[in-house]
Amino acid sequence: MFAVRFHGRGGQGVVTAAELLAAAAFREDRYAQAFPSFGSERMGAPVTSFCRIDDKPIRTREPVTEPDALLIQDPTLLHQADVFAGLVAGGYILINAARDFTALGLDDLAARHESGRLLTVPAASLAMAHLGRPLPGAPMLGGLAALAGPVSLDAVLAAIGERFAGQVAAGNAAAARAAFDYVTAERKELAGA
Amino acid sequence: MLKQIEGSRAVAETVARCRPQVICAYPITPQTHIVEALGTLVKNGDLNSAFINVESEFSAMSAVIGASATGARTYTATASQGLLYMSEAVYNAAGLGLPVVMTVANRAIGAPINIWNDHSDAMSQRDAGWIQLYAETSQEAADLHIQAFLLAEQLSNPVMVCMDGFLLTHASERADIPDQPEVDAFLPAYQPRQVLDPADPVSIGAMVGPEAFTEVRYLADQRMRQALELIPDIAAAFWRQFGRASGGLVRPYRTAGADLVVVALGSVLGTVKDTVDQLRDDGIRAGVLGLTSFRPFPAQAIREALGDGHRPRRLVVIERALAPGSGGIVTAELRAALADADGRSCPAGNPIISTVVAGLGGRPVTRKSLHEMLTGAAHGVLPPFSYLDLRTELAQAELARIRATRRSGPSAENILRDLSATAPGPQG
Repeated sequence: MFAVRFHGRGGQGVVTAAELLAAAAFREDRYAQAFPSFGSERMGAPVTSFCRIDDKPIRTREPVTEPDALLIQDPTLLHQADVFAGLVAGGYILINAARDFTALGLDDLAARHESGRLLTVPAASLAMAHLGRPLPGAPMLGGLAALAGPVSLDAVLAAIGERFAGQVAAGNAAAARAAFDYVTAERKELAGA
Repeated sequence: MLKQIEGSRAVAETVARCRPQVICAYPITPQTHIVEALGTLVKNGDLNSAFINVESEFSAMSAVIGASATGARTYTATASQGLLYMSEAVYNAAGLGLPVVMTVANRAIGAPINIWNDHSDAMSQRDAGWIQLYAETSQEAADLHIQAFLLAEQLSNPVMVCMDGFLLTHASERADIPDQPEVDAFLPAYQPRQVLDPADPVSIGAMVGPEAFTEVRYLADQRMRQALELIPDIAAAFWRQFGRASGGLVRPYRTAGADLVVVALGSVLGTVKDTVDQLRDDGIRAGVLGLTSFRPFPAQAIREALGDGHRPRRLVVIERALAPGSGGIVTAELRAALADADGRSCPAGNPIISTVVAGLGGRPVTRKSLHEMLTGAAHGVLPPFSYLDLRTELAQAELARIRATRRSGPSAENILRDLSATAPGPQG
């Protein structure tokens, strides 16, 4: 079982990202379950969504409280107390941000966390460049494929192609690929350092 | 076709393959995605059906009653306050013996306003004369609709398919959406018993006085008894056609030789099964009995599933709705069912039954809490009636206010104020 919790704000495609990850896992013939933190979501309000991936049918329906990976789509949520809650030891954190850990106020976390498992990726900027809108969902999934590999980049791209059409599909796919390359390069750099 | 699909979408696509001739529904969370998707299928010409927009749930049920009386296959969906608003017509559909199929995307009932999942809505209509089937997964929710049309039309009785709001309607999971020829092979065209036809006029729904009302109700109960036979037959036929176990009256899991059996309805069964596996690893002989049919109540099937000789010593009933002043709705029915047909208790002795009210208004039912509660049950320390994860301190604080002050104010708002004082920060 690999469990992911997504944190973002209403309008950032937090729920769509979890569904895309589930669709990518399905394409790799795995079982997946994606669901939002149910509520009356409003544009800009904090939103959480979840995705579980496993090799056997997933029966539990409780919210993910002990995620293997956290995808934080909005860095302004970082200092809300519960964002990192329950992350398993050795878990992965990917943050949509162009700034470094010091600028994000995350030096303590970075010092405690296993190297190469806490990374930032400028997902919104990549989406702006490739899609023309700052929607971080697809690039965050590309980044996750490079960071933790619960699914492959190809599966993410296929899920994007299935969900969207035309320019939107192409833009999201390009942003996901760029984020994958960015995170792959970051990890290489960290491994070499 | 096997897909990764949202539960609502899986239901909408499956209902479409059942070829409903008239769909009439009013949107309400968390059911909206189902009728939205069906509306789109009709508009795009993918489904040949009359989609009627109305101004309320009362009108939605009234319109499907009219359509059904003309011999059309009809479908609607609702939830929560919407189900209550259509309640008078819900009773009428059953009283008239019209085979309407309705999805109820289960949700709490206000006040206080709450859009989240529990079973209060469907349970409030349990004696309206509708068959009630509860789905465990998105796949089963979709499958139950195919079975529901067949069951409803064979019996001339409406069927409610209950699926947990959000937990199933809004979850993306793997589901096999049957192809049209498969569904056509399973579900023949509707042959109505009664038809409103200007060429051959009849009256339907005339006044019936004391001279015959009891007999009409007697027949309604007879249809339910017939359903007890038909539901397993249809589930077996479904298995033969589609190769999947969906539907039926009850679903036992690891009950053989179990000392402790958890009884529950709906999607919580998945979490309960995972917990029971943990308990088995702990050395506790636990099992699960899922009730797929709540109306008719499958008393005999429950007795058989729990074993006539070796009965579990303890039963824990998870109640997803509360009957204030009484306790557990499912528990009361289960207790009556465990006595034999003559009303005597089982010679082997009846189990100790505990009621646990859980997951009201969307509170998550977690494996951790279930594990703790069921371990207590296995060691005989679970009280006869309790709430899972009740925040006692919040309730006690409000009780103290009520004792201290006459004008203590609205309880719900007082509790929310206490919560924001103890846990500052935005609510996720």
